[in-house]
Amino acid sequence: MRSVALRLGQGACVLVGISMLVFAVFFATPGADPTARIAGRGASPQILARIRHDYGFDRALPVQYIRMMDKLFVARDLTSFVDHGERVVPEVFAAAPVTLSLVGGAAIIWVGLSVLIGVVCALWPNGIVDRVLMGLSVLLLSIPVFWLGEVVNLVTQSRYHDTMLFSWVPPLGYVPFLQSPSGWFRSLLLPWLVLSSSFAGLYARVLRAELMAASGEDYMRTARAKGLSPLRIMLNHGLRMSWLGFVSLFGLDVAQLIGGGALLTEVVFALPGVGHLTYRALTDLDLPLIMATVLYSAAFVVIANALVDLVYLALDPRLRTGTRHG
Amino acid sequence: MAEPILQVRDLCVRLSGRLILDHVSFDVLRGRTLGVVGESGSGKSVTASALMGLVPIASGSVKFGSREVAGLSERAWRALRGRQIAMVFQDPMSAFLPVRSVGAQIDEQIRAHERLSRTDARARTVQLLQRMEVPDAAQMARRYPHQLSGGLRQRAMIAMALSCRPDLLIADEPTTALDVTVQAQILALLREVSQRDAGVMLITHDMGVVAQSCADVVVMYAGVIVERGSVETILQAPLHPYTQALMAATPEIDGPRPARLATIPGQPPSPASRPQGCVFQPRCGYAHEACGRRPPLRSHAGRDVACVLYEGAA
Ligand SMILES: Nc1ncnc2c1ncn2[C@@H]1O[C@H](COP(=O)(O)OP(=O)(O)OP(=O)(O)O)[C@@H](O)[C@H]1O
Ligand SMILES: [Mg+2]
Repeated sequence: MRSVALRLGQGACVLVGISMLVFAVFFATPGADPTARIAGRGASPQILARIRHDYGFDRALPVQYIRMMDKLFVARDLTSFVDHGERVVPEVFAAAPVTLSLVGGAAIIWVGLSVLIGVVCALWPNGIVDRVLMGLSVLLLSIPVFWLGEVVNLVTQSRYHDTMLFSWVPPLGYVPFLQSPSGWFRSLLLPWLVLSSSFAGLYARVLRAELMAASGEDYMRTARAKGLSPLRIMLNHGLRMSWLGFVSLFGLDVAQLIGGGALLTEVVFALPGVGHLTYRALTDLDLPLIMATVLYSAAFVVIANALVDLVYLALDPRLRTGTRHG
Repeated sequence: MAEPILQVRDLCVRLSGRLILDHVSFDVLRGRTLGVVGESGSGKSVTASALMGLVPIASGSVKFGSREVAGLSERAWRALRGRQIAMVFQDPMSAFLPVRSVGAQIDEQIRAHERLSRTDARARTVQLLQRMEVPDAAQMARRYPHQLSGGLRQRAMIAMALSCRPDLLIADEPTTALDVTVQAQILALLREVSQRDAGVMLITHDMGVVAQSCADVVVMYAGVIVERGSVETILQAPLHPYTQALMAATPEIDGPRPARLATIPGQPPSPASRPQGCVFQPRCGYAHEACGRRPPLRSHAGRDVACVLYEGAA
């Protein structure tokens, strides 16, 4: 329990640090005029004056920082002037479920697929199946996600949309789960497959390498000497150990995807997620929106990291020393 | 004469194209622990692996009781492994999976071979741990390997090996990773096992361990058996020059450790550079031209020895 509390405290410190850093980059850089940036291009003098007062840009830096954090996390009334006074925090929260759906589904697919490929390859190493699957995973790994996405769209949206095969594909965009679960699933299936492809390739290769390395270990020899079947040995012993490296990789990848890393997939499939929002904020130079997305992304990454550590504790009893009797 | 549990005849094993075991023959008798000694690289572990079906047998015969096992299919071997032949390894820390409790790993072996419910398997696990004199066995079964001491881990390992009542237990240097007092306890436990539960084949490079706990001994060198017989006979009067050198390199069992141990000069040959004739000839003080021919194991003075010095004089 103490280690859990410790992790949470650490995460909080990291978040505060990141927020200060981001704040410094946008507001405390010499020569930068945050008022004009927040107001966006071509704002009137009245708006500029209101912003200057509202954000405390006429006051000391710490006050500005605290005002900003208050607007972001407490009052949550940070407003985008570029976007006609839209409040940005609710926007981020509206985008989050889309990204979570996209990344969650893709993660399930790529973990399932890579475990299957990795285990099959490690069971019959250097055989024909192994070579074909490893070649395939390099291919998956090296296809750029936006290109694959565009090709998929080309095939399923325009050219062959009316054939039997792809008539189920809905138009681009997101359907909320609560509105129609089946619509949600159909709108996300192709984005899931596209997003998971390169990860599936990478993870399959990593897992195979881990399993092959494990197969020379003493505990694998013991498992063979016990008379277990190869599959049992691979799953109960090999995979049980190789999970550890897998989980840390997984946590980092999921965190960065949720924090906006799925941008390309979201843009290609017109999914209004966090990545898409960041993309829009950057192209419009919408400073409040950039602040909000960057900080919320950072929060996701930190939370995901803390979760990974907890999963680690659950998976590896050796890390739990200090707790009573495991 | 005790009945043989295991009969090995002219066992040859070839790995990566090199002959690792060259016509190895020996018996394990019920109630008598067989010691297998030799320097590092002499093929002791490969012998154990061959008996477990973990490396392919190139030629020769291996009989458990009256059943020939050389040439069995992998599936048939799997049914034997852990059930009729079980193995205990050198380092019980790395031999257990670190992320599952010791009890769960023993249960797993029991349930792989017998149709038993989880609770029944665990009951047997706890009973086995008690037999291996593990204190507080039910509690210990729930612990992870790193939470047990080295001695307890090795006891758990032996309990796991015995969990399906095997006929033969192969212990590959089971005490090398343990400290001296624990070592003696584990050897005592293995002696008891050989009397009560199963035939024991004890692999070691330490003549002292052989003297303490074996009834018969096989001396291996470079994949060849050079001397074979009962422990009293061979310890009293080792005949093969290699056995003599090995004994000279072993400190008195109960006496003080000498400041410097005698060592055997030179290196054992690798399987690739094994001599045509007597395998020990390059390092042997008695070598002469007759050693260019490989001497067979011959009965001499109550044991079998493969050396030209004792040929014709029997
Ligand atoms: N998988 C393998 N492929 C090729 N050669 C091998 C293999 N395993 C072992 N050998 C070789 O077989 C010989 C005997 O090895 P083995 O492990 O049986 O020795 P050992 O007597 O157990 O030594 P130690 O006392 O160090 O455990 C060594 O020369 C080793 O290099
Ligand atoms: Mg060995």
